[in-house]
Amino acid sequence: MKLGGGILQHLRALVAGDRQADRVVPPSGFTAQLTVFVAGAMAFLAVFALALSLAAGRLAERWGDELAQSATIRIVAPLDQRQAQTEAALRILETTAGVATARALTDEEQQALLAPWFGPDLALDTLPVPRLIEVIEEGDGIDPVGLRLRLSAEVPGAVLDDHGRWRAPLVQAADRLRLLGWLSIVLIGAAVAAMVTLAASAALAANAQVIAVLRLVGAQDDYIAQAFIRRFTLRTLAGAAVGTLLGVLAVALLPSASDVGGFLTGLGFQGAHWLLPIVIPLLAAGVAFAATRAAARRTLRGLT
Amino acid sequence: MIELENVAYSYGGGELLSDISLKLAPGSFHFLTGPSGAGKTTLLKLCYGALLPTAGYVRLFDADVRGLDRDDIAAVRRRVGVVHQDVQFLDHLSVSDNVSLPLMVSGRQDDAAGNDLGELLSWVGLTNRADAMPPELSGGERQRAAVARAVIMSPDVVLADEPTGNIDWEMSQRLLRLLIELNKMGKTVLIATHDLSLIRATKAHVQARVLRIANRRIQLAGADL
Repeated sequence: MKLGGGILQHLRALVAGDRQADRVVPPSGFTAQLTVFVAGAMAFLAVFALALSLAAGRLAERWGDELAQSATIRIVAPLDQRQAQTEAALRILETTAGVATARALTDEEQQALLAPWFGPDLALDTLPVPRLIEVIEEGDGIDPVGLRLRLSAEVPGAVLDDHGRWRAPLVQAADRLRLLGWLSIVLIGAAVAAMVTLAASAALAANAQVIAVLRLVGAQDDYIAQAFIRRFTLRTLAGAAVGTLLGVLAVALLPSASDVGGFLTGLGFQGAHWLLPIVIPLLAAGVAFAATRAAARRTLRGLT
Repeated sequence: MIELENVAYSYGGGELLSDISLKLAPGSFHFLTGPSGAGKTTLLKLCYGALLPTAGYVRLFDADVRGLDRDDIAAVRRRVGVVHQDVQFLDHLSVSDNVSLPLMVSGRQDDAAGNDLGELLSWVGLTNRADAMPPELSGGERQRAAVARAVIMSPDVVLADEPTGNIDWEMSQRLLRLLIELNKMGKTVLIATHDLSLIRATKAHVQARVLRIANRRIQLAGADL
């Protein structure tokens, strides 16, 4: 079998197995269990890193989408002028480019917004609560500077809040978190590669005499490498599969997301994302395959 | 088959072999002799591509050994059976598995040669030891198993390095008879040994040429042996 072709094809051949090539290398003991264990532990961590990345991604998307397309205008005016200023602001918004709809919130809606802080029995009409206008943007959105100028000329009590001020750092934080998650996955993959390389190099060194005998009787490098590659790939695959399964179970057992929980309980998978962890053992096996092959080739090149 | 032309070999420091020219013709029987450390093993290693000459040319089956890649070398070794003095086996496999190892690694396990395994084992007198593990074998049994392993691929050339080094006289006679039989079947045989009485005993049965390494060079020893 030539080792130049596609990895997938080799993986298939590995699973199908050349039992004979496997037999020529003596069975290994305790250290083999360590490979399985480390692969499992790494896969377990990778599941969490993946969940973190996906959750951070969802968060950034939600904040970005929902908030980018809306703005709020507060009308802060004495009670008797509030209605007039609100109508003036709405008139301005009707002729402003980039505004899809603009709507003043009703007393009931404002009461609902304030209820968490002041309780449901608040008498809004006796308080100088600012009126809120919800602006839904379209296209490229509004030009906040121009709109502020027009509002300040005609509606002295209007304050435009385009949400960008407090939204940007949140989205940035979520994006960073997502990046860290992916970086962790890459590091975990590199750690698996390093671990398998060490284990494979040790196995190759321990079997130097076996390799010498095989070379003497005319075994090609690929044949010898095959036995080692098969072992380490299957071990990593098995360990990572168990680790992934445990990781997914742990994520599934986290308390489910709710409005009050916010970000923390949003950590997990949603919908089709539950299928993504299946990739982890496959990737780990691929990494082990490549690492063992590289180690075997390096070692074999040094022999006659 | 195997041809050395003005070959020199040096291990780091001084030259061990120099200006060696040698031609192993098909069906020939050669002894290689000389004092310990003269370079007998090195010369054999040059003959199966385990070492590359530091000067000169080695041609294995008409191909320059320097032009061969690792897989080509593996292919050469399937045509050259090698018996070492301290023969090594895979200790976790049985004797019969070890003897058929060359078939296994070349993917010819199912060939007719595989069916002849029993015959081969009885030829070297190891039928009863087929299921034993290599560490359980005596010195003579190990050497005979090595011969069986060296010839199972039906190689064109058999190289033996002190095959009788650590076995008694009777056993070495038996081993030698096996090698003579191989030669009569048309195989090229080259045996490195410092045991002159062994050479004398052989010369009665087969026309053998004796090469001696002395002063880093190779010379055809006289008929006086």
